[in-house]
Amino acid sequence: MQGFQAKASPPSDDRRWKIVEGAMRRHGHESSSLIEVLHTVQETFGFLTDDALRYVAVALRVPYSKVYGVATFYHFFSLKPPGEHTCVVCTGTACYIKGAQSLLNAVDEIAGIKAGETTKDGKLSLLTARCLGACGLAPAIVYDGEVGGKATADSVKERVRTYMQSETVATGVGA
Amino acid sequence: MNQEDLKEIAEKQKEANAPFEHNIHVCVAASCLSSHSDQVMTALDQEVKKRGLEQCCKVKGVGCMGLCAAGPLVSSGNNEKMFQNVTAMDAAAIVDNVVDEKPAPAAIVLDSKLPFFRGQKKIVLENCGEIDPEKIEDYIAVGGYEALFHALTSMTPAQVIEQISKSGLRGRGGAGFPTGLKWSTVAKAPGTKGKYVICNADEGDPGAFMDRSVLESDPHRILEGMAIAAYAVGANKGYIYCRAEYPLAVKRLKDAIKQAEKLGVLGNEVCDTRFSFRVEVRLGAGAFVCGEETALIASIEGNRGTPRPRPPFPAQSGLWGTPTLINNVETFANIAPIVRNGGDWFAGIGTEKSKGTKVFALAGRVTNTGLIEVPMGVSLREIVYKLGGGIPDGRKFKAVQTGGPSGGCIPEQYLDMAVDYESLASVGSIMGSGGMIVMDDSSCMVDVAKYFMDFCMSESCGKCVPCRVGTAHMYDLLAKITNGTASQEDLAMLERIAEVVKFTSLCGLGQTSPNPVFSTLRYFRDEYLNHIERKSCGAGVCSQPKAAGVGA
Ligand SMILES: Cc1cc2nc3c(=O)[nH]c(=O)nc-3n(C[C@H](O)[C@H](O)[C@H](O)COP(=O)(O)O)c2cc1C
Ligand code: SF4
Ligand code: SF4
Ligand code: FES
Repeated sequence: MQGFQAKASPPSDDRRWKIVEGAMRRHGHESSSLIEVLHTVQETFGFLTDDALRYVAVALRVPYSKVYGVATFYHFFSLKPPGEHTCVVCTGTACYIKGAQSLLNAVDEIAGIKAGETTKDGKLSLLTARCLGACGLAPAIVYDGEVGGKATADSVKERVRTYMQSETVATGVGA
Repeated sequence: MNQEDLKEIAEKQKEANAPFEHNIHVCVAASCLSSHSDQVMTALDQEVKKRGLEQCCKVKGVGCMGLCAAGPLVSSGNNEKMFQNVTAMDAAAIVDNVVDEKPAPAAIVLDSKLPFFRGQKKIVLENCGEIDPEKIEDYIAVGGYEALFHALTSMTPAQVIEQISKSGLRGRGGAGFPTGLKWSTVAKAPGTKGKYVICNADEGDPGAFMDRSVLESDPHRILEGMAIAAYAVGANKGYIYCRAEYPLAVKRLKDAIKQAEKLGVLGNEVCDTRFSFRVEVRLGAGAFVCGEETALIASIEGNRGTPRPRPPFPAQSGLWGTPTLINNVETFANIAPIVRNGGDWFAGIGTEKSKGTKVFALAGRVTNTGLIEVPMGVSLREIVYKLGGGIPDGRKFKAVQTGGPSGGCIPEQYLDMAVDYESLASVGSIMGSGGMIVMDDSSCMVDVAKYFMDFCMSESCGKCVPCRVGTAHMYDLLAKITNGTASQEDLAMLERIAEVVKFTSLCGLGQTSPNPVFSTLRYFRDEYLNHIERKSCGAGVCSQPKAAGVGA
């Protein structure tokens, strides 16, 4: 027991690990809290690093292979860093019927990325969701966590253009 | 906390609401929030203060009013007046209208007498758009937690189950299994290591959002239903498995649990009785198959969400190997009203074998997209043309898709059919969770079948071969048909594989994945043949070598 706990120290002295430790403590380091803890890691760091997976494995006393297996089974978890901006296009049935594909094409046209990809400069990631539960607003799209409804190819292009151009405007705060 | 305390809270809240001559309700459910209804609410608040009307006009955030497509929505005077597409700039005009009866700008007036609103019967959604979902007192003021008190203090668990059985309620998660029967099975199962109650809030069907709406608009209703269920089956611990894509629902649930524990309607010695019940929220992580009950249990246990063969059913051996009751969000939402009004009352609504109401998410090519609740047995035509307002842009109705990836497409000839579990099944579709996607002549039915097959193929957990390989093979064949390179043999092959996948897959995902193919073949076979023989897509959706030249 002691040995395990001694080994389970965070991969770095980044303060954000405190949040992860807190989540594990709240669940009494139960192995069943694995998915909850991975959620916390991703929420805190943006994605799941290999270091994080190893740390969680030791801390919850779950084999690394299982942690990896769980992290890759669920679509919500990402092992790659996201771009500075993210764009999630809903591809649920209602959105599909109302033209989700044309939104994906619009992003591709401006940024040159397909679903699941990030631009080379790390400006933008394009993701898809199976359904956001906002069919009333179909087709729906989420820009940096904010849901936008009744999207059109033109409105998407405009938004993506501002993201892509924000690099030349450089380090300042985006509008 | 006892019954007197509860009454007192209700009275106090009612008193607090009473002096207001005018009430303005602003929808703060996710869809309207995404079009900035929070700013509308702040602006209305400021406007009321500016005019010194705080004593007679109250602005309140409420849950979903149903017609999300016209959001943000604002209502007043028990929904006598409704406003649509509201922005913060409209605040003054709305207060003018509500308080001083001045006419409101035509652009924001929403006709509250529309059949969309008038044609509904609300049980599950009765508090949505009425109460503040973030305030337990508001729920108590409309009779919340009375049913739980009543069950705990004047009914035995067996009597509770008897009322649920009498009501004829069937599970709203898809299969329509009798709820009373499930409850009595769990109640009878020996639970020496405890029992669990789980609320399935995974809502994975694309095109379905009724569970989300209830969770965001009336979270205490779910907690009350779960607590009554726990008392009836003998459980002391519950989980709500909610998808991570619904952050607002998760937040409101967690807040609601805290409030309920503080008041003593959840936690130890609920309502001063010997019954204790704790609830925890668990987050899904984007896997459709986790809506399947055995996969969901695996996921709560911290594993990959893969289904296992049944029996044993969760009612016998579920979470941690103990008897577990799993019901859908909407199922739980029906419990408190049944206990309050009696099983016979509920059984008096709906059709012979499908009792009560059903909430549908109406989406696709229909004028009024949104959420509706209607008695079982209402016709499809009434839903699509009366409540839904028909097909926009002068287009022609083609089909309604119900039941998501496990369902089917219903063509025009069945529009007058009564919507209930049996009749939907008789035409090759299912009720499912209540998603209804309306399609017009701009949709290609082969493409729709391909869409659902793509969904099942990528959501297959891969545990069993027929589903893993079969869905991929069917998808390839459908892709061939849509891009104009398929032959008659490919179609025959598609039908053969569909049969195999249906009968040999381990769980419901695989077993039902061919349904969209079966149903489109049944009613729209000519469209398949058109793609194969003439290499053309009537709706102009599919990329055909002849038509479009280079396909992308
Ligand atoms: C692949 C698959 C996905 C499912 N997804 C859901 C879901 O998202 N929500 C739900 O309540 N039931 C879902 N179900 C049905 C559940 O397994 C289960 O039957 C249901 O939660 C029982 O509740 P009820 O009796 O109240 O309907 C799904 C079933 C399968 C096979
Ligand atoms: S709920 Fe989608 S998110 Fe899902 S299909 Fe509808 S609007 Fe898209
Ligand atoms: S039918 Fe499909 S989803 Fe179900 S267990 Fe088999 S592979 Fe997994
Ligand atoms: S979310 Fe506002 S009306 Fe549905």
